[in-house]
Formats: sequence, structure tokens, C-alpha cells
Amino acid sequence: MSSHVGLLASWQRVLKRELLLAYRQRNDILTPLIFFIIVISLFPLGVGPEPEILRIIAPGVIWVAALLATLLSLSRLFNNELHDGTLEQLLLTPQPASVLIFAKITSHWLTTGLPLVLISPLLAISLDMSPIALGYTMVTLLLGTPILSLVGAVGAALTLGLRGGGVLLALLILPLYIPVLIFATGAIIATSNGYSAEGQLSLLAAYLILTLIFAPWVTSHALRVSLD
Amino acid sequence: MIFQKFAAPKYFYPLAGKCLPWFGWLCVLTLATGLYLGLFVAPPDYQQGETVRIMFIHVPSAWMSMFVYAVMAGAAAIGLVWKIKLTDSFITASAPIGASFTLLALLTGSLWGKPMWGAWWVWDARLTSELILLFLYLGFMSLQSAIDDPRRASRAGAILLLVGVINLPVIHYSVEWWNTLHQPSSVARLDGPRIHSSILIPLLVMMAGFKLFFVSVVLLRMRSIILDNEANSRWLQEQGA
Repeated sequence: MSSHVGLLASWQRVLKRELLLAYRQRNDILTPLIFFIIVISLFPLGVGPEPEILRIIAPGVIWVAALLATLLSLSRLFNNELHDGTLEQLLLTPQPASVLIFAKITSHWLTTGLPLVLISPLLAISLDMSPIALGYTMVTLLLGTPILSLVGAVGAALTLGLRGGGVLLALLILPLYIPVLIFATGAIIATSNGYSAEGQLSLLAAYLILTLIFAPWVTSHALRVSLD
Repeated sequence: MIFQKFAAPKYFYPLAGKCLPWFGWLCVLTLATGLYLGLFVAPPDYQQGETVRIMFIHVPSAWMSMFVYAVMAGAAAIGLVWKIKLTDSFITASAPIGASFTLLALLTGSLWGKPMWGAWWVWDARLTSELILLFLYLGFMSLQSAIDDPRRASRAGAILLLVGVINLPVIHYSVEWWNTLHQPSSVARLDGPRIHSSILIPLLVMMAGFKLFFVSVVLLRMRSIILDNEANSRWLQEQGA
């Protein structure tokens, strides 16, 4: 990558490369998605098939499953690049590392967050959610899953190459996911009770902006610490 | 200048040794006074009876749990910016103490909850926030113990602390808000709005005692961490330690 490549162009190049890699290893996209579906279908088996109960727990179930599915996929964000040395090259380029990291996070969201958003209506119907609640489930997932990828990237960078990395990552990241869970399920519950969800959605969007600004930058610092 | 001098382990180690007995004995004295005032002098609450005395342990430990996390994050920022080694040993020394305060706050909160709410655990906003804070402490401690290289451990820990301290207010307010959303019933809050001076004074004395306890134990732990890190350095061998 020559030094006169602009920010947007370098972002696009890394994104294109990541998406191509993801396309070549389609299983990596499918695994978290299948996990998401399996976890959600476990709940009716665990709590019973009554639609009234399922309708009440549906927002929480879908969102907790989304948190866990994202968490499972985070380890592949930097691990392969760490082992083949690409990650060091990425940090050595003249372009700001945070922009290139942001491209990697974007691709992570496109390959794990977005599929969850697209499959969620199906799962919402299986849990007997009303059409409005279904719509808001999609909206909150659309706003919330990018946050999961962004915050998760910080954790993935900090735990890079450590023994027991996966469980450790969960310990670091899940407490930070709590506000997303609260705002998102709050929005869905509010609309299904006939209230406005504007406040919750605004807070979710504000949290998204906060993490959009800080997470790529913090992740690049964390990667430098881990590769030192 | 003087800060940089005493931030060197060589000077800090004997200084901490000299300060330690002062803080230690002051802590014992303050805690004894606070406990006497709290357990014998303060009147029982007209609603909660004698159980209100749990407050004299619960409130200071809850307060300290957040204070320690904030101080650790502050030290992490200082350490990252000015590359002072002493902050690393301070943070490593503080984390288990902060986690213990959090655990103590949770345990006393649950003990208090039994007579007040009739249940050992209620998903009250403050208790839930404390629980999440405990998770943050445990995450930090397990990250540090998973990394073998001490330099990477302290820098990665510092980044995690700063991310955590930015998120802490968001978590706190989201939990508070979640609580009002899901539990509209007006449960009595752990701290009553009316605080009489007979309760406030022992509370403040206990808070001072907890602070002194923190300082004493941190100094003690920092000294042993320095001994561990500098085991082969010359100044230590000259001191005959």
C-alpha cells in the first residue's frame, strides 16, 4: 500500500479484502448465525411453549442471543491476521491504524451483525412477537449490533493471543454490553406496551456514536500493546 | 520534581514503610470509633430497627468500591501518559481491595435486603450496579493474570480500566433507568432521605476509616509488589531487605 493512498481509499481496500476473505470462508459467517438460531430455539424448550410467556421474554432472549453470537465471532477478528503477520503490516502502514481497524470492524459487522438483523424477523415470529415489536427488534438490532462489533474489537485486541482468550473476552466485554441490552430491550418493551421508544432509540444511537468515535482508536492502541 | 523522585521504587519503598504504621494505627483507631458510634451510640431506626446498623458497613464499602475503581482509572491514565512505573504497582495492588469492597457491599446489601424486602437478593438498581462493578473488577483482574509479560499486562489493564471508567456512568444510569422501567413499586431505598447527625457522624467516621484501610493495605501490597519486581536490584540488596 503506497503512502499516497487516501483515508477513504485505504478504508475501502481493507474492507474489500476482508469481505473477500469472508466470502472465501463462508462457514465463518454461518456459524454465529446458526448459533443465534439454536440458542433462541432452546428457550421455548426450556420455559415451555406458551405464547404469552414467549412474547414477554422474546426481546431479552433475542438480544442476549445476539450478544453471545457476536462474542463467539470476535476471536476471528484479529486472530488469523496475527498468525500470518498481516496485523503487524497493517499497523506499520502510513495510514492511521484506526481507519484500517475501522474497516475490519465494518466488515465484521457486515458479516455477523447484519445477518443477525436479517434473520431476526423469522425468530421474532417464532416467539410470537407482534408486528410492531418485530419491527423495533430489527431497528434496535440495526442500531445495536454495530456497537457490539465496535466494543468487542477493543476486547479482542486486548486479549489477542492469550491463553483462554475466548472466555476471558466474554468476561471483559459482556459487562460493557449491558447498556446496549438495556436500551434495546427497553425500546422493544416500550413499543409493545404502546409507549414511544424514542428515548431508548436516541440513547442507543448516542452510544453508537460514542463507540464509533472512540472504539477504532482505542482498538488500534490495544493492538499496539498486544503486539509489542 | 519531588513527585518524580518519590515515584522511583528506590525512594518510594522506604517512604511507604515509614508511612505505613501511621496510616495503619489511624485506621484501627478510626474504625474502632466509627464502629462504637455506629453500633452503640446511634439510635435504631424507627422502621428498620437494629438492622439499620448494617448501613455503617454497607454504605462506606459501596462508596469505596466506586472510589477505588475511579482512582485506579486515574492512575492508569497517569501511567499511560507519563510512563510512571509506580502507577502499575498501585493499580495491581488496588484491584483486589476494590473487588473486596464491592463484594462486601453486595454481601451486606443482601443481608440488609432479607429483613427489609424479605428476599436475599432483589434486582435493585444500586445492587445491580454493584454486581456489574464486581464483574468489571473480575474482568480486569483476570486480564492481568492472563498476560505473562508484566509490561503488556499493565498497559492492557490500563486501557481496559479507561474503557471501563467511560462506560461506568452509562452502565450506572442505564441500570437505574431499567430498574424504574421494570419495577415501578416504591421499594424503600437503602439510604433514607432523612439523615440525622447521630447517624451521619458515625457514617462519616466509618468512611474515613475505610479510606485509611485502603491506603494502608495498598501501601503494604505495593511494598511487596516492589520487593517482587526489584528482587535483583542493587538498592534493595544494599538496604539488606
